[in-house]
Amino acid sequence: MDQLLQHLLNALILGSTYALLGIGLTFIFGIMRVVNFAHGEFYTFGAYMVYLFSVTLGVNFLLAIVIAIVLGILLGAVVEWLLLSKHRGADIDTTMLIMIGAWIIMQNAEQLLWSGVAKSIPMPFPEDPLTVGSVSVAWARLFVFVMATLLIIGAQMLIQRTRLGKAMRATFQDTATASLMGININMIYLATFALGSGLAAAAGALLGPIFIVIPTMGNLAVIKAFAIVILGGLGNMKGAALGGFVLALVEEFGAGYVSSGYRDAMGFLLIILVLMVKPTGLFARTERIG
Amino acid sequence: MNAHVTATQSDPILTVSNLAVHFGGLVAISDASFSVAKGEVVSLIGPNGAGKTTAFNVISGFLPATHGEVIYNGRRMGGLKPHEIADAGLVRTFQKTSVFGNNTVLDNLMIGLHRRGSGSVWETLLLSPRIRRQEEEFRDEALQLLEFVGLAHRSAELAGSLAYGEQRLLEVAVALAADPTLLLLDEPACGMNPTEAMAFRRLLAEIGKRDITVLLVEHNMRMVMGVSDRVVVLNHGRIIANGPPAEIQQNPQVIQAYLGHGPKHA
Amino acid sequence: MSNISKWVIVLLLATVPLWVTNQYQLHILIMMGIFTIGAMSLNLLLGYTGQLSLGHVAFFGIGAYTTSLVSLGFDLKLTEDYTFVFAPKPAWFGVICAIVVAGLCGWFVGKLSFRVRGAYFVIVTISFAEVIRLVALNWVDLTEGPMALNNIPSLAFTIPWADSAALSRRIANYYLVLAVAVISSIIIQRLVQSRIGRTMVALRENEALAKSVGVDVTRSLVLAAVVSAAIAGAAGALYAHYVRIVDPDVFLFIYTVTMVIMVIAGGKGTLAGPLVGGVIFGILPELMRGHMLPEVQWIAYGAIMILIVFFLPEGIVPAVQRWWAGFQRSRQSKMNPHSRANKASPREAAQ
Repeated sequence: MDQLLQHLLNALILGSTYALLGIGLTFIFGIMRVVNFAHGEFYTFGAYMVYLFSVTLGVNFLLAIVIAIVLGILLGAVVEWLLLSKHRGADIDTTMLIMIGAWIIMQNAEQLLWSGVAKSIPMPFPEDPLTVGSVSVAWARLFVFVMATLLIIGAQMLIQRTRLGKAMRATFQDTATASLMGININMIYLATFALGSGLAAAAGALLGPIFIVIPTMGNLAVIKAFAIVILGGLGNMKGAALGGFVLALVEEFGAGYVSSGYRDAMGFLLIILVLMVKPTGLFARTERIG
Repeated sequence: MNAHVTATQSDPILTVSNLAVHFGGLVAISDASFSVAKGEVVSLIGPNGAGKTTAFNVISGFLPATHGEVIYNGRRMGGLKPHEIADAGLVRTFQKTSVFGNNTVLDNLMIGLHRRGSGSVWETLLLSPRIRRQEEEFRDEALQLLEFVGLAHRSAELAGSLAYGEQRLLEVAVALAADPTLLLLDEPACGMNPTEAMAFRRLLAEIGKRDITVLLVEHNMRMVMGVSDRVVVLNHGRIIANGPPAEIQQNPQVIQAYLGHGPKHA
Repeated sequence: MSNISKWVIVLLLATVPLWVTNQYQLHILIMMGIFTIGAMSLNLLLGYTGQLSLGHVAFFGIGAYTTSLVSLGFDLKLTEDYTFVFAPKPAWFGVICAIVVAGLCGWFVGKLSFRVRGAYFVIVTISFAEVIRLVALNWVDLTEGPMALNNIPSLAFTIPWADSAALSRRIANYYLVLAVAVISSIIIQRLVQSRIGRTMVALRENEALAKSVGVDVTRSLVLAAVVSAAIAGAAGALYAHYVRIVDPDVFLFIYTVTMVIMVIAGGKGTLAGPLVGGVIFGILPELMRGHMLPEVQWIAYGAIMILIVFFLPEGIVPAVQRWWAGFQRSRQSKMNPHSRANKASPREAAQ
């Protein structure tokens, strides 16, 4: 029973970052119809930026995380402008191939800059875990959970409450009509990709210090992000948030009760299963956003 | 043609009975029953949004019916996949121009002919004499069909590069290649200029001579009245009239339906 | 290209070991050939049916593991007191098993994943490859996991004129790869130019229209997947018997990407495309190897891929064909200004 509770807690914490990762990806797909294979590289980028600022340059850890997220947003904007803005309305395969190219370039650039040796980032939290009854949780993980939850709520507020969010939702509903209503579609796409990338960078910035930072960490991240997004239905943000928790639960219990070697396989099996049974995702009747 | 129709009216090849199609809460077709006799040319007309294309989509297996059934040659079509319905002899065209754009005109026909051929994968890989012969027969047949619709001189060009009217002709040729006994044409003359439309009417008459039954959705009333043996009028998902063209033209309900939607369709 | 010129090229390729005796150069040609076969098989799915399968390396790896296990033999402890022992079989038998098993996997994946299209299809194929990789990594009893399967027997036969055993092995492998490549391209050509193959292209071009003229979509796609997977399995088997060591890294996504680049760059949906792409991207890394770090080389790969999508979206072969057709036309109209220009269609020439 205690073990079960501990697994649930671990899944909740991991799930919050998975949700962050998935929301960014589903957001980009929902509005732009781009399958962003470089999503995992923005995740990696976030982790390395935290390493760069907090370890190499000695900036305050919290500030380093904020800088990493901002830089992730900027990098996303640059990538969008450079690679995707010229391919509006291109079929999904075209943009997918472009993003695979971007993935290869970004990952090898990281390898070139920081070598393949894993880096670790120390966190300014007490060593002793917080123990309540029979379950315990590291302070660092608690921090990650709180931050991730805040970011998810922030992203949701941005989409529901702000003018930009309204324009994004209008674009998602009907690009042509949104454009007729005077919404600058190019700006919306730029903002969408930048925001989605920023969320991925945030996930990396939060998880990087917990695990280790290596150039290839994005490979699993991107595929897990796909799993999350498919669970929730492509383009469905609430679905992605839920999907993140479902994946974390399945991984946690799969690893705990079946075999830890197949931990990472759970996501893929889940994808295959979901697509066979309900291709529109577990939580959605149709693709939608918001 | 009318004499022919009265002789076969009692022998419907296609029967649509109590058909209903709902999309969520939206009712596209509420209750439609009609039949088409062998050798007839029947037009399905009605104002925009009356449910004509929806009816086509159900008959050809692209949409499931909410209620009712479609019987073709005594067989229930409900639940069959589009390709199985094509195998039963029911072949459709599309409202939007629809060809295999990056294939040559000849290859478009060869694809259409595929249903008439046979041959296992092994035979194909070994390129057996029978397969070679079949390919030659296909080619001859394709060229004949192109001759028939008047596109033979275009056979080597990419279908996507043809003029609009020519693409519409090609569509019909591709459908004919699939060897239909009932041809469902969805607004085939849409976008054709008057000359092309005239040529198309002649083509329709030729198709009739080939013993192919035709169900037509069309907005061009001159064509509808000229080629049809019978006209079925849909409005708001319901059939409001069914009879010979002359009778339909005089039907007050039909006039009302069309005038209600503005004179441009009449 | 006419049939005669194709056979001339094959004959020329057959003479290569007579004048290339440098082992390293032969090695590069063999590896290039193996990946070109993989690219050819991928082209059947990606180019002809228009389905972007990003899990193609799974079939390659399944082929490699199957033939290795069959030719090395294995034992599996099924229950406490029953162990299934599989005695080693000859290598050629392993290759046949590899083709059959990969083909069966292609059938299975095809049946499952063609229910979904577009982005979903891509993700299902990637997931399949990843699951297979993790199985290869974790089922240590069978696959040795990261320790790899070693000492896989060679398929080689003796080449009488080679002066060393090592060279003989390379030359023999070269001929094997060439033979499989030729057989594969004949299979693919006959298939895509047949009644069955035309239905695959029809699906790519216009699925609704294809259905309406009676094309059985699923059947056509599954068939393409089976043939494609079987050929990729053959390539994987050749790889296993050539490098003689197989580990879970054969399933790395980057190999799929390499094959995709070969197909896209050469020209998807053309018979010559993957060959041209295979040669370019088989030799390019070797040319770059001495001059740049592997990371820089990969960055260049990624950049080339993006540039091709930007500037040569159809690929090299169709671009060259169009250029050539235009050149012919202008020459013809110069020579005979009154005749109507003969519009050659690039697509037909490509097939």
